[in-house]
Amino acid sequence: MSDTPVNQPGPDRPTTPAQTGEVAAVGARQGMFGTTGTGDTSGYGGLVAPIVYPAPAQRPFGGWYDEVADALEGSVGNVVIHRGEITFHVRREDLVSVAQHLRDAPELRFELCTGVSGVHYPDDQGNELHAVYHLLSMTHNRRIRVEVSVADADPHLPSLVAIYPTNDWHERETYDMFGIIFDGHPALTRILMPDDWPGHPQRKDYPLGGIPVEYKGGSIPPPDERRSYN
Amino acid sequence: MTQHDMYAGTSETTQGRVFTVTGQDWDSIAEGLAEESEERVVVNMGPQHPSTHGVLRLILELDGETVTEARCGIGYLHTGIEKNMEYRPWVQGTTFVTRMDYLSPFFNEVTYCLGVERLLDIEDQIPEKADVMRVLLMELNRISSHLVAIATGGMEIGALTVMTMGFRERELVLDLFELITGLRMNHAFIRPGGVAQDLPPGALDEIRAFVALMKKRLPEYAALCNANPIFKARLEGVGHLDLEGVMALGITGPVLRSTGYPWDLRKTEPYCGYEDYDFDVQTWDTCDAYGRFRIRLAEMWESLKLIEQTAERLAGLEGAPVMVADKKIAWPSQLSIGSDGMGNSLDHIRHIMGESMEALIHHFKLVTEGFRVPPGQVYVPVESPRGELGAHVVSDGGTRPFRTHFRDPSFTNLQATSVMSEGGMIADVIVAIASIDPVMGGVDR
Repeated sequence: MSDTPVNQPGPDRPTTPAQTGEVAAVGARQGMFGTTGTGDTSGYGGLVAPIVYPAPAQRPFGGWYDEVADALEGSVGNVVIHRGEITFHVRREDLVSVAQHLRDAPELRFELCTGVSGVHYPDDQGNELHAVYHLLSMTHNRRIRVEVSVADADPHLPSLVAIYPTNDWHERETYDMFGIIFDGHPALTRILMPDDWPGHPQRKDYPLGGIPVEYKGGSIPPPDERRSYN
Repeated sequence: MTQHDMYAGTSETTQGRVFTVTGQDWDSIAEGLAEESEERVVVNMGPQHPSTHGVLRLILELDGETVTEARCGIGYLHTGIEKNMEYRPWVQGTTFVTRMDYLSPFFNEVTYCLGVERLLDIEDQIPEKADVMRVLLMELNRISSHLVAIATGGMEIGALTVMTMGFRERELVLDLFELITGLRMNHAFIRPGGVAQDLPPGALDEIRAFVALMKKRLPEYAALCNANPIFKARLEGVGHLDLEGVMALGITGPVLRSTGYPWDLRKTEPYCGYEDYDFDVQTWDTCDAYGRFRIRLAEMWESLKLIEQTAERLAGLEGAPVMVADKKIAWPSQLSIGSDGMGNSLDHIRHIMGESMEALIHHFKLVTEGFRVPPGQVYVPVESPRGELGAHVVSDGGTRPFRTHFRDPSFTNLQATSVMSEGGMIADVIVAIASIDPVMGGVDR
């Protein structure tokens, strides 16, 4: 029974909207119904809608976002603020120094890393594989996201296990699922899939798998082969 | 070692002799081990073992009865939930996530739905009653999950009475779940935008009766365990992990609070309106399995306090909406119980089939195609019974999740197995793991 260790009553997320920079499309969505090859005669099949992710923000970011950005000056690329969450895009050669600084600097103190989450963007040429780290500062009750991207052809990232030992299994999982190789990890082996499993299942080019199910004369294809919307 | 048992024999490998133990042949094992006593012994415990808390495989290197090295083998319950979700509409995702950590399904659903709602930018539009019902279900769920933690933890050290008591009370919670959601587990009841259904008539009375009964039953655990010398001898000082180790390993939940640090996301980053409730964060300062047991016990009392407050608020919210008003997001139909079980309400079917063509089109589009979620990514954590459970939800603007990743506390906390048990006795490994309370469905997803 004791008081909460933080000063603020709630999650500290500055709400002032930051200025956004230029917008870039990464891919496009075809047609209106998200389907292909089904003889769509509606006339909407030729529609093309660009896929646009939230644009980089420009200073001032508002609140403590600027403090963190100042402390990381020089080693972060784009900063994206979307839905009140801030993302720092970091080059992979800076990742270790940025993480070390984020953890140790008294004004930052991001003590807890909640692991790494991989995302595969096949249309993001040259930066197909993204590793997303969510960091929490219990001292200041702040959360940030650090994102690093690497090319599919050279999927190497420095390991953060020496700085955040909790990332041991998380990096193994991301390697298992996406094939990102974390250099310097003490034992980078598969963790969820069997050791001799071929491929990395969470990549977009890896099929979901499944077999058609027959029921009362009808045949239902597996989920990734059904007609569906996207 | 001359006789050969086809089910539990020995075999020679390049790594040395391998014994398969099924429970009846301890004499021959002891004999065989005596022959090579100077060599290291590696014991493979699990994945099918009643004391490993699920399909967890432990690889233990022993020196006598002392564990010199402990490693975990996981992945036996990997079902590819995160991958599967990429092939279904956003709403169907809740039916997958509820199956991850099967002892705390509502927390999985809430963290996923909060993520989708933040991406949709409808966080402010969630009706009050939906938030209160979410808190009610989560706190009931915290009790049932902690009960299983205490019950199985007791069973694994031989305290069978604790197990029968724990499951007896858990059944009461599951009855409430069945009353409110229709199912004992795998509910998929919390949906993006609110909850699936209003409270059924009479539910508040049942909840109040449950709280009253639990206030009589919970002291039984304290009376049976808190000062029980055998129980304390097994738990005290076991699975020791101090704040420094906890922070390095990223461990949250009761294990973190057992170091005396009152970190609870319900207080530090309130969601679903937790800031409006009166409750305390429970801590203990012994950093061991006994402290974690006491924290779980105390947290059940706090959950009862929260449930009472939600019941009070729900009494004043009768008839209030439980789903966001935006018809482009809210599921179009309501469920009802018919003669052949639960299904779409007949009123709704009459409306779309007989009265309104537009309603039929709307229903069809929303059910088959679903809604689109603006591109972006969010991470929304909640305090599950085991610690910080977070969903990293990424959308590319489509009708299906582009990527969802769950930071499950069981997965992270299980990394502490080696530091908690190396150097201790093999019997204490069981206690240490039970004090982490991993649920393999959440670990492997």
